[in-house]
Amino acid sequence: MSTNNKVLEVKDLKTYFFTDAGVVKAVDGISFDLKFGETLGIVGETGSGKSVTALSILRLIPHPHGRIVAGKIIFDNKDILKLNLKTLQSYRGNRISMIFQDPMTSLNPVYTIGNQIIESLVIHQKLDKKSAVKEALKLLEMVGIAEAKRRLSSYPHEFSGGMRQRVMIAMAIANAPDILIADEPTTALDVTIQAQILELINELKYKTNSSIILITHDLGVVAKYARRVIVMYAGKMVEFSTVDNIYYKPMHPYTMGLMNSITRLDKSKKEKLKPIEGSPPSLIDLPEGCTFKSRCIYGKEKCSRRFPPLIEVEKEHFVACFRVKEIRKEGIKQAVE
Amino acid sequence: MDNNILLEVKNLKKYYSLRSGFLFQGNTGVVKAVDGINFFIRVGETFGLVGESGCGKSTAVRVILRLTSPTGGSVIYKGRNIFEFDKREMFNTRREMQIIFQDPYASLSPRMTIGDIISEPLEIHRVGDRKSRMKKVKELLSIVGLNPEHINRYPHEFSGGQRQRVGVARALALTPKLLLCDEPVSALDVSVQAQILNLLADLQKEFNLTYLFIAHDLSVVKHISDRIGVMYLGKLFEVANSEDLYKKPLHPYTMGLLSAIPIPDPALERKRKRIVLKGDVPSPINPPTGCSFHPRCPNAQDICRKEEPQLKNYSKEESEHLAACFFAGKPI
Repeated sequence: MSTNNKVLEVKDLKTYFFTDAGVVKAVDGISFDLKFGETLGIVGETGSGKSVTALSILRLIPHPHGRIVAGKIIFDNKDILKLNLKTLQSYRGNRISMIFQDPMTSLNPVYTIGNQIIESLVIHQKLDKKSAVKEALKLLEMVGIAEAKRRLSSYPHEFSGGMRQRVMIAMAIANAPDILIADEPTTALDVTIQAQILELINELKYKTNSSIILITHDLGVVAKYARRVIVMYAGKMVEFSTVDNIYYKPMHPYTMGLMNSITRLDKSKKEKLKPIEGSPPSLIDLPEGCTFKSRCIYGKEKCSRRFPPLIEVEKEHFVACFRVKEIRKEGIKQAVE
Repeated sequence: MDNNILLEVKNLKKYYSLRSGFLFQGNTGVVKAVDGINFFIRVGETFGLVGESGCGKSTAVRVILRLTSPTGGSVIYKGRNIFEFDKREMFNTRREMQIIFQDPYASLSPRMTIGDIISEPLEIHRVGDRKSRMKKVKELLSIVGLNPEHINRYPHEFSGGQRQRVGVARALALTPKLLLCDEPVSALDVSVQAQILNLLADLQKEFNLTYLFIAHDLSVVKHISDRIGVMYLGKLFEVANSEDLYKKPLHPYTMGLLSAIPIPDPALERKRKRIVLKGDVPSPINPPTGCSFHPRCPNAQDICRKEEPQLKNYSKEESEHLAACFFAGKPI
């Protein structure tokens, strides 16, 4: 099979939420693959479906409202969506693990840190208590927690936000997972702490030989750590390419707008931001056609008929836009000026 | 003294005392949320205050508006100390000092229409009659880029960015001179954040507004501010023009902060060497002795543990560049 260097393949994934107000198409037909050892970035704004994508991979979508209605998630030559619960459990936290956004709420306040790390070691590696404690100590030291021995018997509330996130990371890498999904791992943290945590995740990636899916709304974070980037908008992938293409040669109007909207430390005050007009659409009763159309300066009539397919415009550069040809020409023209 | 100074903050302090116990309550300590900060803002200028959570920037805003009482120091507005004002005078002064809050979901009453929300300050200050107020509200709505016909809608009918526009319109209603913006864009998505930042910049030009702009995101603060103050544990560590602060930071904390912020430019990021500051911000209840940054500072010497450095001017040019560090400018 050609999937040799692919650790994960997501095919036409659709995750919907069935609410009283209507069907929310949180993730609406996305496909991508994760290559061995790479860091894949998923960026998008609130409600673009990036977190739901992450949760879908581990089938953690809250019942009964949410449901994965279609698609395949191929891992280890098996479709995760078809696994029985027992096999799935043996994957979760073991071969695929997750770092959640909010370290304040994702640790259990009534168990010690040690208990929580040991749990997954005992379940997945079948270690006895003593060697699990030893292993947990090693993990805590690995993620840079001082006085690890004493800290094992501390409770989450005794830690600062950054330290809690370190604990979360220790838990996530405990079983040297094949895939580490980091869902906004640093959003709740201050910048100086954010830098520590991101460096840590990146270092550990090499130690544990993991591939990473890094989900964030911060385009700066992705620029540094990701090799390829998916840009999501209203539940759909609008662009997917290498990090350099996304930043230097964006082709989807949304990605272009996003790049013009960011305040940059290295830009002076005189350079005015060029925001995207309007705001993201409600995911309930999305209009036919391209979801970005109402905010798009390139929008044409045909854009309202259906959502444009994601097409490989150049090698490794996928764009979902009917007008990509014209935009490419114009983009080059702008670059010349 | 510069005649153009609109607001001057002098040695401003706000301490909170900690109590413990139920029956025999006693003071067990103080949190020095704001501990003697000094800065000034010129007319038409944007002064940015930046710092991580718990550094005291929001408390500073609240004290400057007298929304909470100060522990010490003074706030000189147009040459007079507002802490000496009586109720009446303060009420009148507040017309000129308005605030935009961080969370556009929490700062607008869900039971009021946006028309009522924006006209409330006008009513409180008895400006015009109902009809002229409504006219003014419609004007304000179009100034901030909302449809005046939506005057009777409720906040929940708007998106985050639109709500923040309502917040801006409310702050503008009394034609203030000084706007205190407390993290006005932190709750918004990037594409919408840029809209609000542009709006604030346009309004500043149009109405000659003066801004005190607070955020934890240095790239946002740098984008909008003329001068920036960097806060850490209730103190100002560095004050400079935004370009100077970015190009030649003097305080090691500022250096670390700048280096920690990722720049959305892959090639640049790959080359950039990152200084990662170790450790966490210490607890403000028991701050370190001497310079409060010394436990995290790679340049710390004995003197830093014993004595507290004061803000000093290191600029040879006209514009000041203040830093509170014994080894200011020494690379880390």
